[in-house]
Amino acid sequence: MNKQIIIDGEVVTYRPGQTLIQAARESGIYIPHLCYQPGYHAIGSCRVCMVKVNGRWASACTTLAAEGQVIDNRTLEVDAHRKQIVQMLFVEGNHYCPYCEKSGECDLQATAYELNMQEDHFQHLYPHRSLDTSHAEVWLDRDRCILCGLCVQASAEQDNKHLFTLGGRGTATQLLVNSSSGQLGETNISAADEAVAVCPVGALMKKQSIYSRRSGERTYDKTPISKLEFKA
Amino acid sequence: MIVSIANEYSVPVSEVRAIIDFYHFLSDKKNADYHFYFSNNIIDKMAHSDLLVLQLGERLNSIIQQDPSRVCLDETSCIGLADHAPAALVNGRPLPALNPQSIEEVAELVALGRPLDHWPAHLFQVRTRICRRSWLLNMSLPPGESLLSWQTKGSATILQELQASQLRGRGGAGFATALKWRSCEEQHSGEKYVICNADEGEPGTFKDRVMLSEHSDWLWEGMTLCAATVGASKGFLYLRAEYAYLLPQLETSLQVRRDTGWLGAALKERLGFEFDIQIVLGAGAYICGEESALLESLEGKRGIPRIRPPFPTISGYLRQPTVVNNVETFIHAAAIISKGSDSFLQLGTTQSKGTQLLSISGDCQRPGVYEYAFGETVEQILSDCGADEVQAVQIGGPSGQLLGPQSFHLTLGYEALGGSGSLMIFNHRRSLIEVVNNFTNFFAFESCGFCTPCRVGTALNQRMLTRLHLKQLRQHEIQLLEESVRLMQNSSHCGLGQSAGNSILNLLHDFPETVEQLLNTIGDDNEARLVQALQPAVQLRKS
Ligand SMILES: Cc1cc2nc3c(=O)[nH]c(=O)nc-3n(C[C@H](O)[C@H](O)[C@H](O)COP(=O)(O)O)c2cc1C
Ligand code: SF4
Ligand code: SF4
Repeated sequence: MNKQIIIDGEVVTYRPGQTLIQAARESGIYIPHLCYQPGYHAIGSCRVCMVKVNGRWASACTTLAAEGQVIDNRTLEVDAHRKQIVQMLFVEGNHYCPYCEKSGECDLQATAYELNMQEDHFQHLYPHRSLDTSHAEVWLDRDRCILCGLCVQASAEQDNKHLFTLGGRGTATQLLVNSSSGQLGETNISAADEAVAVCPVGALMKKQSIYSRRSGERTYDKTPISKLEFKA
Repeated sequence: MIVSIANEYSVPVSEVRAIIDFYHFLSDKKNADYHFYFSNNIIDKMAHSDLLVLQLGERLNSIIQQDPSRVCLDETSCIGLADHAPAALVNGRPLPALNPQSIEEVAELVALGRPLDHWPAHLFQVRTRICRRSWLLNMSLPPGESLLSWQTKGSATILQELQASQLRGRGGAGFATALKWRSCEEQHSGEKYVICNADEGEPGTFKDRVMLSEHSDWLWEGMTLCAATVGASKGFLYLRAEYAYLLPQLETSLQVRRDTGWLGAALKERLGFEFDIQIVLGAGAYICGEESALLESLEGKRGIPRIRPPFPTISGYLRQPTVVNNVETFIHAAAIISKGSDSFLQLGTTQSKGTQLLSISGDCQRPGVYEYAFGETVEQILSDCGADEVQAVQIGGPSGQLLGPQSFHLTLGYEALGGSGSLMIFNHRRSLIEVVNNFTNFFAFESCGFCTPCRVGTALNQRMLTRLHLKQLRQHEIQLLEESVRLMQNSSHCGLGQSAGNSILNLLHDFPETVEQLLNTIGDDNEARLVQALQPAVQLRKS
């Protein structure tokens, strides 16, 4: 028998074992998220999918749906909270949206629009991060990496290549490439790898295909991220 | 070197790099002949550790210039010697209670190239200071006493007795020990593990160190009792790298237990089950005290806290049922089963039974370990250890609370002050912003970096606190600071991020005069005038 939870006043049915975000998705309800992707194990690191479950904060991607849950999702309070987490991600890296190749196709940018982010709010950390253009098909711009870990999982489990690891700690955490030089050029990554496709931002990018769609005609220019999820 | 390690263990090169970069004491370069780590806790700073580092640096400057591979002067988070501040480690050995004379001596020995084994023993001598004994520390616990009790009564009764004692974990979270053991006991599949958390990374805390050096046998007893009760055959002591110098004596006391038939294969003949304990060293990461990060670390990975549930009793080390308890918790459990819970229950308060060990340091005459029954007031404790003119205390380490005199009537216990294992004392001559700034730096350095609010929030807080210290922060920025802390409290993945801002909020809310004096108000009236001048424009925009 299907069981029920309530999200923003709406009754949502779930199957035992589903997380809040999975149950919501099946019912066409958008819970903002970055490090969660359907088909991947929950990572739980970006904290953008925080919701309030019976008044207590919890991440929707790691919390199992359970009878009796009343959930605040797109309330003013919860969205304001999420916006600040997204702002933290922006000030942590170096994001130059106006001329970024991923602009209009980027989940971070689209989520910021969805949450009505108008300013950075927090002080920029301006980190020094490295750029890796050593490979013929793919480049890695760590300035834009949000350390979500999706490429790590994709490369290990879908591409069977184990090309990435998150290393270091604190703000020195960075995406490491599995080769003796630490450079992409030495690896067998390909532009068709799932690891590249899954990157939610402009960090892992395919060469030779940038700016192929003009500004104004890109994915999120036409449809906000909250709607796009359910188009397919 | 990294590549050869990767080949040897058949792991990706990036994994090896990732781990080296994560743990403070790992490096891909060879260690210097004399590698010093000065403890950078506020208690060490108050005892002028910075001046001593400078002194040593000056004395050894020419050697370092000549050959950097001979000496390295580094710092690290609290090394668990706040009762002997200022302290440092040299190649893993403790240098307690440093002063200008001992630094002079050390510099001389380094200049001569004298091996550490030939340094005078007094330089390394850590004296145990147990300043107050109560229920636990007055006890004599002969080896095997609680195990024989288990043999006659059986696991079910042991669990009942433990439950009746209402013992709660002494590692900070205060979880009921009987519930934890029972949950693991009830698992029917897989190999079970018993793990002692001896990471003791909370700055200002050293009571576990004192237990390990004075009463390791009690710990082995408690871990073996747990193994008997839940049905585990393998145990680990996860020992922080800063305590590596205790290793020889710990190995010896384990061997004594094996030789006397209270551990290892001999246990089988005597009590019908096998159990042995292996000591595993950490490598310099406070987060590895968090139990699920500890498990990751034990499995040879970066110490990133796991998603919970499942909790370790169901899916722990190698995803098998595992009990993780603090050093003091295991010892208390053994004592309760040996002596019965009646006397234990007579002490303490409604929700916090028995006694606890407190590590006391800072501005007082008698720093050391004190055993108190729960329910004692902060005021009484301060008088017992000889602290006067106290401006504030930090209870429970940097993740605990900063209390001013208006709160000294509060009492030890999970009801008010949490399961706090330490008390750092600051008198009226100390600068509280320096204290909170020190804690904020600690968290920024120790955040594992996994989740956004803590990774970014600790870095933002660090910058804002530094600016407050320099009298640069403005009133409106205080709000940003509070927002960052709230975000961390509400949405961090683990306890580190959730509690890292506690002392900041304490400072802002409970010490408003201190904060007011630090705020940058230069040009505040200009700002007001500017706002006034812009009024017509604002009006225009609104209309
Ligand atoms: C950041 C962090 C650090 C911790 N460090 C320690 C520690 O050094 N020692 C410890 O026993 N518990 C520590 N804990 C608590 C452990 O996660 C866990 O609750 C404890 O080991 C359980 O043992 P207990 O039930 O005996 O208290 C820490 C928790 C957090 C969140
Ligand atoms: S490169 Fe992309 S997918 Fe990989 S961790 Fe960074 S942001 Fe995530
Ligand atoms: S709260 Fe901090 S220490 Fe804990 S998982 Fe997040 S980043 Fe790591």
